[in-house]
Amino acid sequence: MGNKTVIPFGPQHPVLPEPLHLDLVIEDEKVLEAIPQIGFVHRGLEKLVSKKDYMQFVLVAERICGICAFGHSLGYSETIEALMKIEVPKRAEYLRVIWHELSRIHSHMLWLGLLADAFGYENLFMQCWRLREVVLDIFEETTGGRVILTACNVGGVEQDIENSELKGIVERLDKMIVEYKQLLKVFLKDRSVKSRLVGVGYISKEDAFKAACVGPFGRASGLEEDIRMFGFGAYGDLADFKLITSNDGDGYARSEVRALEIIQSVDIIKELVDKIPDGPYNQKIKGTPEAGSYAVSRLEQPRGECYYFAKGNGTKFLERFRIRTPTSQNVAGMVQTLQGCDLADVPLNVLTIDPCISCTER
Amino acid sequence: MGSFHLTKMSFKNLVKKPATKMYPVVAPTYTKMTKGHIACDIKTCILCGICEKRCPTYAITVNKPDETWTINRFACIQCYSCVRACPKTCLDMKPDYTKAATEMSTVTIKKPELTAEEKAAKEAAEKEKAERIAKAKAAKDAKDTKAT
Repeated sequence: MGNKTVIPFGPQHPVLPEPLHLDLVIEDEKVLEAIPQIGFVHRGLEKLVSKKDYMQFVLVAERICGICAFGHSLGYSETIEALMKIEVPKRAEYLRVIWHELSRIHSHMLWLGLLADAFGYENLFMQCWRLREVVLDIFEETTGGRVILTACNVGGVEQDIENSELKGIVERLDKMIVEYKQLLKVFLKDRSVKSRLVGVGYISKEDAFKAACVGPFGRASGLEEDIRMFGFGAYGDLADFKLITSNDGDGYARSEVRALEIIQSVDIIKELVDKIPDGPYNQKIKGTPEAGSYAVSRLEQPRGECYYFAKGNGTKFLERFRIRTPTSQNVAGMVQTLQGCDLADVPLNVLTIDPCISCTER
Repeated sequence: MGSFHLTKMSFKNLVKKPATKMYPVVAPTYTKMTKGHIACDIKTCILCGICEKRCPTYAITVNKPDETWTINRFACIQCYSCVRACPKTCLDMKPDYTKAATEMSTVTIKKPELTAEEKAAKEAAEKEKAERIAKAKAAKDAKDTKAT
């Protein structure tokens, strides 16, 4: 038996795209305990509601995170709409979900690439990011931005996508998915990938439930939770929504859930493009949130359930705005996966929860 | 289980064009929607200052006495707020990006001096407007005196 040693991990580490610090208590090569620490990129964005009015804050909400940018503007807009009892045009709801699902595809593609890079498969990493470009190009053509879209606003969306253009998008996604299925084979069947992921970072269903894990991380441990299944917005018009879950609870299950969700997102976009109604996509918003009124909203971000709270005070500035992001939920689960794992598996374990620290710290 | 799943894709990539471009030798392509930079058609601009009020990053400054419109391109976040708010639609989002610079700077556009013809047309329009107001006022006064 060796002595206990504490190894600092992060905030700067090649595997981490964002700053997260872990104090790893190790004995020999086994991790006994991991103590997480965040707070390196706190920007105080929630406090900015006192400086930017409720219409301008969409732009700030979008900048909370670079990967789930559209999701945050959507979540914020939905909360303000609930606060001011605004009904959104049906076409806008559909367009929002189409953009949100596209950003889910781009987020998962990015993560799969990072995962491939983490276990040393450089070629796979490049192919994932090459396919992600298709989605980014669609974003640029439809909204003008590649990451920060500025497409969603309180009351609707900023731009319309013509029906012919929507059909073109579906055709491009169809082509992309043919290539993507080849990559899927590598992620799910390749011997070297499996040897690196199967059994790594296991967390049971009970532990995941106790640690309140959300999103693909929770679903990979068998938790059946996804805000999309409650049918908010255009999700309610889907004929069928099947949850993608796995009972394995290891790194392989997490990559499997995310990899299959890309195909599911493409199917959702296809169905919504077929069903999208004509009509207005935006409306003029008048008035301010009432004093003392408050609203909550939930949204399934690529990383899991995100919770929004807003409180009005009768002026154009909000009294309070709060976000609980999926990564802040998943950090507890991540610490559990780290207990008892090998030191060499720590980077991979941290990556498999898809941490988004800039969301968490806001 | 298996290996060599990427072989087919690798062979395809060997004969395909590269996915990246040799920038800056090959110029980048922009879409119609690309948010490059804000352009102001100063001739149509009435210097109302709505764009300045709407800008979330305070990047635009409108100086009415000097007749100038200034933008700090380093502060602009290309959010379209000014373009949407402009009552004269003189602001537009152009698809090409501005060039990188070593120093922070602003771009100031000054309203051009009016030509003799334009001045005359402006004066005539103002005169016509004043006459119209006077006429309306006289009609209103006449109506009021009639009522009393």
